[in-house]
Amino acid sequence: MTEKMTMVKALNTGLRASMDQDPKVIVMGEDVGRLGGVFRVTEGLQKDFGEGRVMDTPLAESAILGTAIGMTFRGFRPVVEIQFDGFVYPAYDQIVSQVSRLHFRSGGKIPMPIVIRIPFGGGIGAVEHHSDSPEAQFALTAGLKVVSCADPHDAHWMIQQAIESDDPVVFMEPKRRYWESGQVDTGSTSLPLFASRVVRPGTDATLIAYGPMVKTCLESAAAAAEEGIDLEVIDLRTLSPLDLGPVIESVRRTGHAVVVHEAQRTLGLGAEVASRITEECFYSLEAPVQRVTGYDLPYPPSRVEEEFLPGLDRILDAVDRARAY
Amino acid sequence: MTDPSDPTVADIPLVQLLTPAGVRTTSPEYAYDGSLPDIQDLFRDLVMTRRLDTEAFALQRHGELGLWPPALGQEAAQVGSARALRPQDFAFPTYRDHGVVLCRGEDPVHLLGIFRGSSLGGWDPSEHNVALPNIIIGAQTLHATGYAMALTLEGLVGTGDPERDAASIAYLGDGATSQGDFNEALDWAAVHQAPVVFFCQNNQYAISVPLERQTRVPISQRADGFGLPGVRVDGNDVLACHAVTTAALQRARDGQGPTLIEAVTYRMGPHTTSDDPTRYREAAEADVWRAKDAIERVRLHLVSEGVPAEWFAEVQAEADALGVHLREACQNIPEPDLAELFDHVHVDTTEETEQQRAEYVAWRDSLEGSVA
Ligand SMILES: Cc1ncc(C[n+]2csc(CCOP(=O)(O)OP(=O)(O)O)c2C)c(N)n1
Repeated sequence: MTEKMTMVKALNTGLRASMDQDPKVIVMGEDVGRLGGVFRVTEGLQKDFGEGRVMDTPLAESAILGTAIGMTFRGFRPVVEIQFDGFVYPAYDQIVSQVSRLHFRSGGKIPMPIVIRIPFGGGIGAVEHHSDSPEAQFALTAGLKVVSCADPHDAHWMIQQAIESDDPVVFMEPKRRYWESGQVDTGSTSLPLFASRVVRPGTDATLIAYGPMVKTCLESAAAAAEEGIDLEVIDLRTLSPLDLGPVIESVRRTGHAVVVHEAQRTLGLGAEVASRITEECFYSLEAPVQRVTGYDLPYPPSRVEEEFLPGLDRILDAVDRARAY
Repeated sequence: MTDPSDPTVADIPLVQLLTPAGVRTTSPEYAYDGSLPDIQDLFRDLVMTRRLDTEAFALQRHGELGLWPPALGQEAAQVGSARALRPQDFAFPTYRDHGVVLCRGEDPVHLLGIFRGSSLGGWDPSEHNVALPNIIIGAQTLHATGYAMALTLEGLVGTGDPERDAASIAYLGDGATSQGDFNEALDWAAVHQAPVVFFCQNNQYAISVPLERQTRVPISQRADGFGLPGVRVDGNDVLACHAVTTAALQRARDGQGPTLIEAVTYRMGPHTTSDDPTRYREAAEADVWRAKDAIERVRLHLVSEGVPAEWFAEVQAEADALGVHLREACQNIPEPDLAELFDHVHVDTTEETEQQRAEYVAWRDSLEGSVA
């Protein structure tokens, strides 16, 4: 059954399917109930599942995560919504010092099946604190798993797979892709949650991205194709654990790798990916791994965000730099 | 006249049911309705808690533990409240709540393991309904609130069935009341009418910082602004702690929502074995509190009730046996195996974790080879 829908709708139907299937799945966050979330991802869920399972919480992020932990002690599987990326920091302590470690501290006795949904990234002209990309801060936290969807089909399935996971999953939703439509096959999951995939095969260089930048990379590849350059694009999908098998296989073929993300460069995901590529593909590389990222600035005012964020020109420039070696 | 803004001398009634002289008294709202043997049981718990504590302190001094946060002086608050719990209730303790962990039936050797550096707790919280002690100040108040909300969702509140209705209890110190998490927890618990009890042991200090540097109002009064009842109890009076906690837990289980309890007590020892309290408080202060000792007053009461000396000797012998057991068990706590720890990072392990385990094991094995 294939259906065209937006990413918001895809997430919504995915959440609904999980809630239908497992009465222990509960949704909580700010404005997720009556309003259906500021992005409407939880629209209609409270009406159908009741206020007990779809809870409008007081405005307190640390408490959203802290109480979710308590609920897991009774077998619940909370899916919490952090309203925007920039508001996850008040919950950071509960996430990194509690959620990520309780399974470990208990010697494997307590699972923490919490999904932390975070609409993240820029490109929508938002005000301050509404465009951050904090994924690396969670990816470097042992005990957490971090994923990001790039299109509606993945969004639909990945959210359900994340909810099924007995480990805590930070689920990064590329908010600038929320309203883009795509085909969703509601009958087939196609890929496991913690696997990357080649979204466009190519031979001349490998672009590696996730979340919002996958589409930007595909557009870059289309533009490059007009100049006769054939780019492979890989959607990482999973940021922790990283699934670099397809990346390594690809870079061994193309000899050139460009990692693209919106997050600031220093110690971003790109640094890790580049380092692993160097370890695994040293003799195949024809150029150093390039990174195209946000600059090491706090997220700038939105009128200059297009220059801050990686776009087609910067990506293609990096491809040229790599190919010029 | 007392300064109403001084949280330490606030003239808010302090529930007390047993005076430092061991005399039973009454309070208009709370009563301890246990029998003499029940009080003897509480006495035994107090003595065992103190023995665990002094033994662990000594083990630290002998180099067997890296650190120990003593509970000396706070036994009544811990035992009185923990013994008010039913098996189906759930406790979320801090690093200092050894008496709570002990009363829940968890093996105290686990506590030694934490402070020896052999484990991070490691027990299954659902076995005795007691969570791993939290070191992050205040965080567990939210866990207890979420747990209580889950109880409500499961319909385990207000059914009138004493075997079924349940509540949670969060332990915290006076310093923790300054944390955002605690304030968020009070608010949530009140908004959701969650069946949770916040049990604050106001032992007057957060490491070196006295209470008046944490709050301008008495802790029990903090409840008012959040819309839940606050109670102030003599934290060195095990009967009073038991009575107020029993009442608060019952309110919670009945579906009438959360309560904040402030047990006014004193940390007789240092913050931890690494701390030097002479740098921030006068010795005379402790003398005042020594006269309010949690165990001595129960002993005086039991003696006045005709409990014979032999019984006290039996309890003493039990405590000595616990001491011997702890000393032995401490040295026999297995050394943690780093290779095994890789098992517990995730439920579904990752390839990366497995690779790093293999890398570590290979490196370790190569070292062993080189020594041989
Ligand atoms: C979030 C956090 N900040 C700082 C510390 C370091 N610390 C450990 S105990 C403590 C004092 C806590 O005082 P209180 O809440 O009154 O509890 P008590 O130790 O008196 O039982 C501090 C500052 C910590 N463990 N967690």
